[in-house]
Amino acid sequence: MAKTIRAVLAGNPNSGKTTIFNNLTGARHHVANYPGVTVSTEQGEFVVGDAKFVITDLPGTYSLTAYSPEELIARNFIIREKPDVVINVVDATNLERNLYLTTQLMELGVPLVLVFNMSDMAHQHGAGIDIARLSALLRVPVVETVGHKRRGMEDLCRAALDVAEGRREGGGVPLHYGHDIDPAIAAITAEIEADANLVLEVSARWMAIKLLENDPRVRERITQPAILEMAARHRAHLAQLLGDQPETVIAGRRYGFISGACQESLLPSSIEARHIQSDKIDTVLTHRFWGLPIFLALMYVVFAVTFNVGNYFVGWLESLFGWLGGTLSGFWPEGSGSLLESLLVDGIIGGVGGVVSFLPNILLLFMAIAFLEDSGYMSRAAFIMDHLMHRIGLHGQSFIPMLIGFGCSVPAILATRTLDNRRDRITTIMIIPLMSCGARLTVYALIIPAFFPVRWQGPVLWLIYFTGIVVAVGAAWVLRRTLLRGETVPMVLELPPYRMPTLRGVAVHTWERSWEYVKKAGTVILSISIVLWAMTAFPRRPEADGTYAREIAAAHGSYEQGVRELAGRLALPEDTDLAALLEKPPRDESGIADPHLAHFFSLLRQKRAIERRFAPHHHREGELHSDPACLQKELMLTHLRSADPAAYRLVAHYDDKVFAPREQILQQIERKRHADGLAYSMIGRIGRALDPVWKPMGFDWRIGTALIGAFAAKEVFVAQMGIIFAVGGDEDSADALRRQLRATYPPLVGLCILLFTLISSPCLATVAATRKETGSWGWALFQMAWLTALAYAVTAAVFQIGSLAGWGV
Amino acid sequence: MTANTQQELRKLSKVTSGQQVELVRVESGQAMQSRLAAMGLVPGTCFKVIRNDSRGPCVIGLKGTRLVLGRGMAERIEVR
Repeated sequence: MAKTIRAVLAGNPNSGKTTIFNNLTGARHHVANYPGVTVSTEQGEFVVGDAKFVITDLPGTYSLTAYSPEELIARNFIIREKPDVVINVVDATNLERNLYLTTQLMELGVPLVLVFNMSDMAHQHGAGIDIARLSALLRVPVVETVGHKRRGMEDLCRAALDVAEGRREGGGVPLHYGHDIDPAIAAITAEIEADANLVLEVSARWMAIKLLENDPRVRERITQPAILEMAARHRAHLAQLLGDQPETVIAGRRYGFISGACQESLLPSSIEARHIQSDKIDTVLTHRFWGLPIFLALMYVVFAVTFNVGNYFVGWLESLFGWLGGTLSGFWPEGSGSLLESLLVDGIIGGVGGVVSFLPNILLLFMAIAFLEDSGYMSRAAFIMDHLMHRIGLHGQSFIPMLIGFGCSVPAILATRTLDNRRDRITTIMIIPLMSCGARLTVYALIIPAFFPVRWQGPVLWLIYFTGIVVAVGAAWVLRRTLLRGETVPMVLELPPYRMPTLRGVAVHTWERSWEYVKKAGTVILSISIVLWAMTAFPRRPEADGTYAREIAAAHGSYEQGVRELAGRLALPEDTDLAALLEKPPRDESGIADPHLAHFFSLLRQKRAIERRFAPHHHREGELHSDPACLQKELMLTHLRSADPAAYRLVAHYDDKVFAPREQILQQIERKRHADGLAYSMIGRIGRALDPVWKPMGFDWRIGTALIGAFAAKEVFVAQMGIIFAVGGDEDSADALRRQLRATYPPLVGLCILLFTLISSPCLATVAATRKETGSWGWALFQMAWLTALAYAVTAAVFQIGSLAGWGV
Repeated sequence: MTANTQQELRKLSKVTSGQQVELVRVESGQAMQSRLAAMGLVPGTCFKVIRNDSRGPCVIGLKGTRLVLGRGMAERIEVR
């Protein structure tokens, strides 16, 4: 070993200094205690070529003042030991703050090597620094390392050796502190240098700077009162001149130097290159003519995914809640009329479950929006829409919350926080409910197939959404010219470069918004469901079973007649209790001695199994004929029939013409009992009392009560109609309800329901969100009132004109 | 100001895409000015007009960011 090089490691706490130290020295190091202080430093050795490094790991510090023991140790160590090279470890992800210590090391004039540690993270964050340029600006060698991956260690050793042996300059550029401070430093420096009695370990300039900073340790070192007096005079003068203590100003100037150097060396090939790449993508995505169609196409994809993919999961959740309700009901004997059962199953599971079932749609929509947001496309959407939005007195930024409004108004209203002008924000909040939300879609999904032929269903849905947008545009235009008058505040918006969204980022954003939705289900909708349930359940109608008893007896009578006829046709032995067997058909036919009867039950079991298997496909009415599952079902039944047509005819006759009618009649009676109870209940009475209010819109009290329920949450309309028409708990209740609706109301009323649902007051959760975000009940109540008034006017007008013209009546 | 850099003052809305300009002043209230300052737009700042069509907002590039300025805003910014 020819020579020994003494090196020190300096750096901020958490800069990865210790990792670098361990990488360099391996296990060969020991703790060295310095006399007089308890803070310890570690020492280690390593070999580079023919040189042996003895390296000391200094305590992690942010600067080199005299105000903390660690900083003083680090500073004194460097001043006294005069190491051959100081390796300054810098956290590359937090460059500007970390370089502060570097400026102080440069002031000391020690040979420096800068280590940009965690450089991989810095590159990921897009902090593109031109290392060569920064190195030249600072006049210090810079090496990049990744401590925990041991990357860059060889470069570091080579640079340290070069600087230590004087082959490379490491002293750093002299810092300037401005035309006010620099002369003071120069004057004090000259005074110190003129004093021959002072033996200095450090440069006179450093001493002068420290005196201006009022460093207590340096003042102790200077024994000549003349120098101290001079420093004090300059300090006082500068404090007056700058309006702040010189040490504060000097710190500011160091930061100024750092940010200047960093700005200068910002890499055009990193951030700028990504921008240039983004600009290229933007020439397509935000094209003058193609930008809008591309945007609309993207939105179409988002909605298609939201509903097509989401509905699979919605089906699962619906089954889950159905099962839950069924299981809970199972704890009570059938027909017990337990209030608790009714509260749990009809009120809570029916109400909250109906809303939570929708969560997959909401999650998917928010996921898509989060993806577009994180990728940087959303600010482009604002850019594209700005021109159009200006025409209604808003600007592009209002567009994003409106878009979210198609999912749910509550997060949309929260999203208006990005608008900094209050007028713009309130206008946007006021019109968001007109963006037809996901909950309204449940209503449309019930009503549209009930009243319109298949080929009109799509256009009607589109018309409803479009009407909402048109009304919103008109409303914004009016609001900006009346209540919310004032000039549009110009838009300033940052366009981030495009990037691939991270899974984590998308997940977090999706969750934040969806959580609002879940909270709404758990709080507002839960309470409202209970209230509505109570209004539907009370006051209870006095039991008058005599009314229904005759109908029930008649149903049983004709069923028994059918069974007797069947028994005759099967030619059974006298002792066979066919009725009991039919009430509870056996699981297999081995227990039945008579071969004809066994065959009958076998066929019955198979027929019912096929029908049960395809039951879920039954209620998708619109798809009935094209649904391959339905075709398959028909095929299987035909196959079953062809084996023994005569026997099958008997089975089918019993199952479809004898058994099913009894079940249907019993169910109908149950529904009627329910409906009579409802008419007697509070909600029924309110609905009837408000009859004159509904009439101009063509609604009766039943639709009226459902609309009252819909104020709690739009989905409640569907549930409430189900309760009123008493088709709840039915396997294909949606279809049954649609049949009832079609039989009761003309299509014009259907259209009126759609319009009123679209425009009328948003749900309670939205009103609460408006109250919270505008900070006033005034705006929330205004939103409720004017939207309801508008809905009333529009719906009544459509109904009256439609009735006169004879459309769909 | 040398004769070389001396150019006529014009509104940002009139600058065509691709030009490098210097911000001279913003005709707006305190709030808007401080908002622009926070985004790096102070008098003396040089930036590039990335995109300026005859309608819609314009895009400028400065200090490694892209900013969209609404048409109305661009009307009130004077550059040279």
